[in-house]
Amino acid sequence: MSQNDLVLDVRDLSVSFRTGRGKVRALRHVDITVPKNKIVGIVGESGCGKSTLINSVLRLLAPNAIIEPGSQVDFLGDDVIKMSNSQLTDLRGQRISMVFQDPMTALNPVISVGTQMTDILYRLKIPMAEKRKRAADMLAQVGIPDAQRRLEDFPHQFSGGMRQRICIAMALMMNPALLIADEPTTALDVTLEAQIIHLMKELREKFECSMLFVSHNLGLIAELCDEVIVMYAGEVVEQGEVHDLFHRAAHPYTRMLLECDPARIAEARQELPTITGSVPDMIDLPPGCIFAPRCPRRYEPCDASPPEPYAVSDQHSARCFLVRDGR
Amino acid sequence: MADNILTVKDLRVRFRTAGLVKALVNRIEDPFIDAVMKVSFSLGRGETFGLVGESGSGKTTLGRAIIGLVRAQEGSINYDGSELIGLGDKQYRSIRRNIAMMFQDPVASLSPRKTVRASITEPFRIHKMGVANLGEEARRLLDLVGLHQGFMGAYPHQLSGGQARRVGVARALALEPKVIIADEPTAGLDVSVQGEILNLMNRLQRELGLSYLIITHNLPVVRHVSDKLAIMYLGRFVEQGTTKEIFERPAHPYTLGLLAAVPEPDPDKRRDKLELQGEIPSLMRRPSGCEFHTRCPFVQKKCLEVAPKYEEVAPGHWASCHFPFPDPADAKAVGPGAMPGMGNVPYAPGAAGEERLAAGAAMGDSMKKDIFRGSR
Ligand SMILES: Nc1ncnc2c1ncn2[C@@H]1O[C@H](COP(=O)(O)OP(=O)(O)O)[C@@H](O)[C@H]1O
Ligand SMILES: Nc1ncnc2c1ncn2[C@@H]1O[C@H](COP(=O)(O)OP(=O)(O)O)[C@@H](O)[C@H]1O
Ligand code: SF4
Ligand code: SF4
Ligand SMILES: [Mg+2]
Ligand SMILES: [Mg+2]
Repeated sequence: MSQNDLVLDVRDLSVSFRTGRGKVRALRHVDITVPKNKIVGIVGESGCGKSTLINSVLRLLAPNAIIEPGSQVDFLGDDVIKMSNSQLTDLRGQRISMVFQDPMTALNPVISVGTQMTDILYRLKIPMAEKRKRAADMLAQVGIPDAQRRLEDFPHQFSGGMRQRICIAMALMMNPALLIADEPTTALDVTLEAQIIHLMKELREKFECSMLFVSHNLGLIAELCDEVIVMYAGEVVEQGEVHDLFHRAAHPYTRMLLECDPARIAEARQELPTITGSVPDMIDLPPGCIFAPRCPRRYEPCDASPPEPYAVSDQHSARCFLVRDGR
Repeated sequence: MADNILTVKDLRVRFRTAGLVKALVNRIEDPFIDAVMKVSFSLGRGETFGLVGESGSGKTTLGRAIIGLVRAQEGSINYDGSELIGLGDKQYRSIRRNIAMMFQDPVASLSPRKTVRASITEPFRIHKMGVANLGEEARRLLDLVGLHQGFMGAYPHQLSGGQARRVGVARALALEPKVIIADEPTAGLDVSVQGEILNLMNRLQRELGLSYLIITHNLPVVRHVSDKLAIMYLGRFVEQGTTKEIFERPAHPYTLGLLAAVPEPDPDKRRDKLELQGEIPSLMRRPSGCEFHTRCPFVQKKCLEVAPKYEEVAPGHWASCHFPFPDPADAKAVGPGAMPGMGNVPYAPGAAGEERLAAGAAMGDSMKKDIFRGSR
C-alpha cells in the first residue's frame, strides 16, 4: 500500500511510564496503519495499552510518559511526535476527533448543545445563523429528532444514547480526516449500542472518514471494522483483514480470546472457557514471547527471544514463532 | 414437582418522582412511577433465574425490593414458605440473612477506605452477628472465592476488576445465604475474566446449593448460566420461560429485538438492518395499549388500543403480545402461509396465527429475515 493511502502510520512506537516501582513499558514496537476510508479496530483486554496508543497519536500522554527514541507517528505526512503546540492544537481540534466511552467527557454540562457545536466552528468566517444551521443538520444526521429546536437544550436533557449521538455529531463537525472512538458504546444497552454502530456505518459512507475503533467487544469489531489489530500486554500480537482475523486467527492469544466470547459458543454450557494466568507485569518483562507464560502452544524458541511479526499471508501477520516455523 | 425457594407474586414498587408542588407546576397528574409493575416469578432451589432488560426497566429495583432495600407497595415475596411483605424489622432481618445481594460495580460498592478483610466481614457487623473469630471467617471467605490470603489487607483501588468481583462474591457469601441476587455480575469485565467469575459462581452454586437471581443485560452470558429467564420492559415481565425455550423460540418482539441487537463475532454475519429503533419511554408516560408499541416493528392497530394479556404461549412459556411469534415445535405441517422470512420453519397457522400472518404480510420480508437471522 502506498504511503499516500494512509491517514495514520504508526511505526515502532514504544511508550513507557516512569513510576516508583520502575519503568512500565506500556507499548513496545507498535506498528499500526489506518488506510483512507477504512475502519480499523483495536481489540484487547484492559491494560493492554489501547488508551496509551490513542493518547500517543493525539500527544495527550500523562506527564510521566516517555516516548522512546525511534518511535514514529505519522499523520497525513506529518510526524505527530515532532509537532509544535500550535500544530497539536490544530491536530486535535480540526483534523482528528474523538468519541469517548462517557459522552460527558466531551460535553460541557452548563453550555447548550447548539453553542457547543457552533463553538467548534470558531475558525470559520461564516454568519452565526449559518453555523447553527450546520449544527442542526449534523444533529439530524445522527438521528436527533427535532434537531433545530433541540440546539437550545443542555446535555442533561438528553438520554445517554442521544448524548453519544451528539458527541458523534460534534466529532464530525469539522469533517476530520480521522475519527478515534474509544469504547464508544460500552456504557450503553445492546439496543442503543446496535443503533450507534449502525449510525457509524452510515456516517462512514457519507463522510468518507477513516476511523480507529477501540473496543473489547469482538462482536462489534466484526460488525464494523475492515481491519483488526489485536493487542496484548503492550504489543500488537496479530493484525489483519477482519475475515482473516475472525476465521483464520494465527496467534494463540487471538484464538483464545475468540473462544472465550460467550456469543461465539454455539451450545449453551455451564463451564465457560477462560485464559488461565494473568497479564504479565510490564515493568519486568519475560525475555521471550510476552504470551509464553499463558500459552498452551509454547515450545523451545518461545522463551529465548521475543518473536517478531511474521507474515501469515499478504496483509495478515502475527507475533508468534508458530507462524515463522509453519507449525 | 417444583421446589421453589423464592416466589414473587404481583410485586409492585412505586416511587414518588416529584414533590407535590413540582408535580402541580409541571402538571404531572400522577407523581408516582411504577418501577416494578405486578411481577411474578419463582426461583427453584439450586436454580439460576436470569432477569434481562434495558437499563431503566426495573431490574435492580426488583432485586432491591426482594432483599428489602426498597418497599414493595403490593404483592408477595415468599422465601421458603415465609411471607416477607409485612414482616416486622426484626423478623425480616432474620429471614433476610438467607438472601444476599451482589451489587453492580463492585469497586464502587466497596468502601474505598476499607480493606478487603473489613469489607467481607462487614455483613456480620450489619446483622449484629457475634463471630468468635472474624479473621478466620475472612480467611474462609477468601478461600471460597479463590483469592490469596495476601489480599486481606488490600484496598479496593489495588484490585483488578476480576479480583474486586471476587471480593463482592465473598462478601455476599458471608452469612451463608441460600439465595444470591447478582446485579450485573460481569459488567465491565474482559471476556476471559468474565468466564472466570461465572465459573466461580457456578462452582459455588453446586458446592453450596445456592440459588441465583442474575440481573444482566448481557444475553450471550445469560444463555450459558441461567435455567429460566424473564425479559423486563417498563417494570413488567413481557416474556418468561426456560432459557432454552426463549432463545430458540422467542415469542415477544422485544425479546427478538434484544437478541438481534447482540452482534455476532463473525464478519460474515453482519446486520444491515436495525431491528429495535428508539429508546425506552419514560415511566411517567406509559404508552397506551401494548406498552412496547412505540418501538415494535410489528405493531398493528389493535396494539395501540388494547393491552395484550400476559399469557402462556407454550407450557411454562409466557408472553404479552397480541401476535406472539408462533412456536415452530408445535406445528405438524408446513402451513400454506408459512412466513416467508422464517426460512424453513414449519408453521401451521392457528387463530392468533392468522392475525399474525396478516401482520407479517404488512412488513417487509427482509426485516423478518434479519430478525430471525439475528436471533438464530
Ligand atoms: N500514567 C501512567 N503511569 C503509569 N502506568 C500507566 C499510566 N497510564 C497507563 N499506565 C499503564 O499502562 C498500561 C496500559 O494502559 P492503558 O493504555 O490504559 O490500557 P487500556 O486502555 O488497553 O486498558 C497499563 O498497565 C496501565 O496500568
Ligand atoms: N429510589 C428511586 N426513586 C425514584 N425512582 C427510582 C428510584 N430507583 C429507581 N428509580 C427509577 O425506577 C426505574 C427502574 O430503575 P432500575 O430498577 O434501576 O432499572 P434497571 O436496574 O433495570 O436499570 C428507573 O426509571 C429509575 O429511574
Ligand atoms: S511465540 Fe510461542 S509462546 Fe508465544 S504465542 Fe507463539 S507459541 Fe505461544
Ligand atoms: S402487542 Fe403489538 S405492539 Fe405489542 S409487542 Fe405484540 S405486536 Fe408488538
Ligand atoms: Mg483504555
Ligand atoms: Mg440496574
